[in-house]
Amino acid sequence: MELFLARLFDGISSGATYAAIAVALVLIYKATTLINFAQGELAMLGTFVTYVIAVEQGLPVVVSLVLAMVATAVLAAVTERALIRPFDPSNHLPLVIITLGLFLLINALAGMIWGYDPRRFPGIFPADDLYTFGIARLRWYTVGTLVTVVVLLLLLSLLLRKTKIGLAFRAVSSNLESAGLVGVRAGPTLQFGWALAAAVGTLAGVLFVSDPVRQLDPNFAQRVLIFASAAAVLGGLDSLWGALAGGLALGLVESIVVGYVEWIPSQFGLATAVFVLIAVLIIRPEGLFGSKRVERV
Amino acid sequence: MSTSERSVVDGSRPPDGMPLLVLQDVYAAYGPVQVLHGISLEVAHGEVVVVLGANGAGKTTTIRSICGMVTARGSVKVAGEDVVGRRTADVARLGVAHVPQGRGTFADLSVDDNMRLGAYTRKDSGVAADIERWYEAFPVLGERRASAAGNLSGGEQQMLALGRALMSKPKLLLLDEPSLGLAPLVVQSLFERLGTIKAEGGTTMLIVEQNANLALAIADRAYVLEAGTIALSGTAAELQEDDAVRRAYLGY
Ligand SMILES: Nc1ncnc2c1ncn2[C@@H]1O[C@H](COP(=O)(O)OP(=O)(O)O)[C@@H](O)[C@H]1O
Ligand SMILES: [Mg+2]
Repeated sequence: MELFLARLFDGISSGATYAAIAVALVLIYKATTLINFAQGELAMLGTFVTYVIAVEQGLPVVVSLVLAMVATAVLAAVTERALIRPFDPSNHLPLVIITLGLFLLINALAGMIWGYDPRRFPGIFPADDLYTFGIARLRWYTVGTLVTVVVLLLLLSLLLRKTKIGLAFRAVSSNLESAGLVGVRAGPTLQFGWALAAAVGTLAGVLFVSDPVRQLDPNFAQRVLIFASAAAVLGGLDSLWGALAGGLALGLVESIVVGYVEWIPSQFGLATAVFVLIAVLIIRPEGLFGSKRVERV
Repeated sequence: MSTSERSVVDGSRPPDGMPLLVLQDVYAAYGPVQVLHGISLEVAHGEVVVVLGANGAGKTTTIRSICGMVTARGSVKVAGEDVVGRRTADVARLGVAHVPQGRGTFADLSVDDNMRLGAYTRKDSGVAADIERWYEAFPVLGERRASAAGNLSGGEQQMLALGRALMSKPKLLLLDEPSLGLAPLVVQSLFERLGTIKAEGGTTMLIVEQNANLALAIADRAYVLEAGTIALSGTAAELQEDDAVRRAYLGY
């Protein structure tokens, strides 16, 4: 029982961080109908910026995080304007190549500036436990991460459902041509999506390395991105709450399957998660919560 | 829609009686394929004009050339402003609402959201009331206001598309084959509604339609498009009398 609880808590905390990055991927997917390869690296960059402000400038971690979220949002907005908007949105290949290029560029830059030695990140939650049952520790980190992600999703839902820019964003991602016909300008609307996704990504990166068992280096986002992409696809790719469900499902599968099934070595957590993903997609190709394209004529 | 603010005398009408829409020598192409070969037509304020033509004649392309949805050359003027080369959203902001062929509803957004998007460029506070008025006219839409537009029947989607277009209080309403794929009774009620909108005044319409009988019945004037050129034009009554038009489009 205690072991199960321990695995459960582990699964929830990593699942919630996968979910957070998955949410960023869903936002970008809604904006471009692409998985943006640079999304994880933007999150990594934002996490380093948070680190620099907090550790080297000595500001509180939460304040540093907010500043870094703003900075990456601005960077993403500029990137969208300079590198994405000039291209035809219906032609995916150039966009995929650009985001791959950005991925390599940001990763190399971070390596040059900060080196590849892992660093300890000052967590945004207290490092101690909220509650312990024998070996099962319910950590502040687990609860804090889950609550943060749920609050994030509530705020994003409000933003998309109740504001004019949110309505415009949903219109553009639903039907680009009709959005133009009602006077929604696609460029600034998609730019808003990029900025929002970058800020969310930075938050997700910081949540991830806030776990005291983890460390910060320029490659940390890549492994997370694989899980997050799987979580986003599992959740349906265009559903924010689906991303949370997908992230939690993968986190739990990773920690429980790998924990209990003896013949699966712990390094295979990722592979197991991907197998689960494939299994779900065979049964439900639109993911757990994705919208089947409904269109009757 | 609110009727109180509509009047036959459109305040935005230029003093010299300039038509609201003027196409002059418009050429349009999809890549290397030239589709429009120098089209000229005009629509005066408050007028309802119909464009007839066989499949592939270039009717949709004509409408798309007004909205910046196809590469066009020549001059397209809306209320005196040349719109060739402008983006679709910027043409919409001049007061042009376009119900595209196939309706162009936001299929995965709710009926309510579709209506709200129609009013996207409006700044006044009457939007919610105008949405309710449209739902009163088409109660099915009101009952299904929370469901995804893609789940509505074809006729319901067409009424939604028309409602959405009217929500912007357009100066110029462009309708591309609004009756396509609809049951005869639905087509009847659609054209009744278009007749009411015309009678209320204030909305100028350019309608592309295969259903020439119904379209000419509410139109003031009409153009016949053949292979990307204007073959014929005249008042609706004149065209209804024309033997060639009768044979080709009216079926008697
Ligand atoms: N997207 C497109 N790409 C290439 N050719 C097109 C495209 N759309 C229409 N056409 C061609 O342009 C011509 C006119 O089409 P269209 O304006 O849709 O005619 P209509 O609306 O009168 O049926 C047709 O020959 C059609 O095949
Ligand atoms: Mg057509």
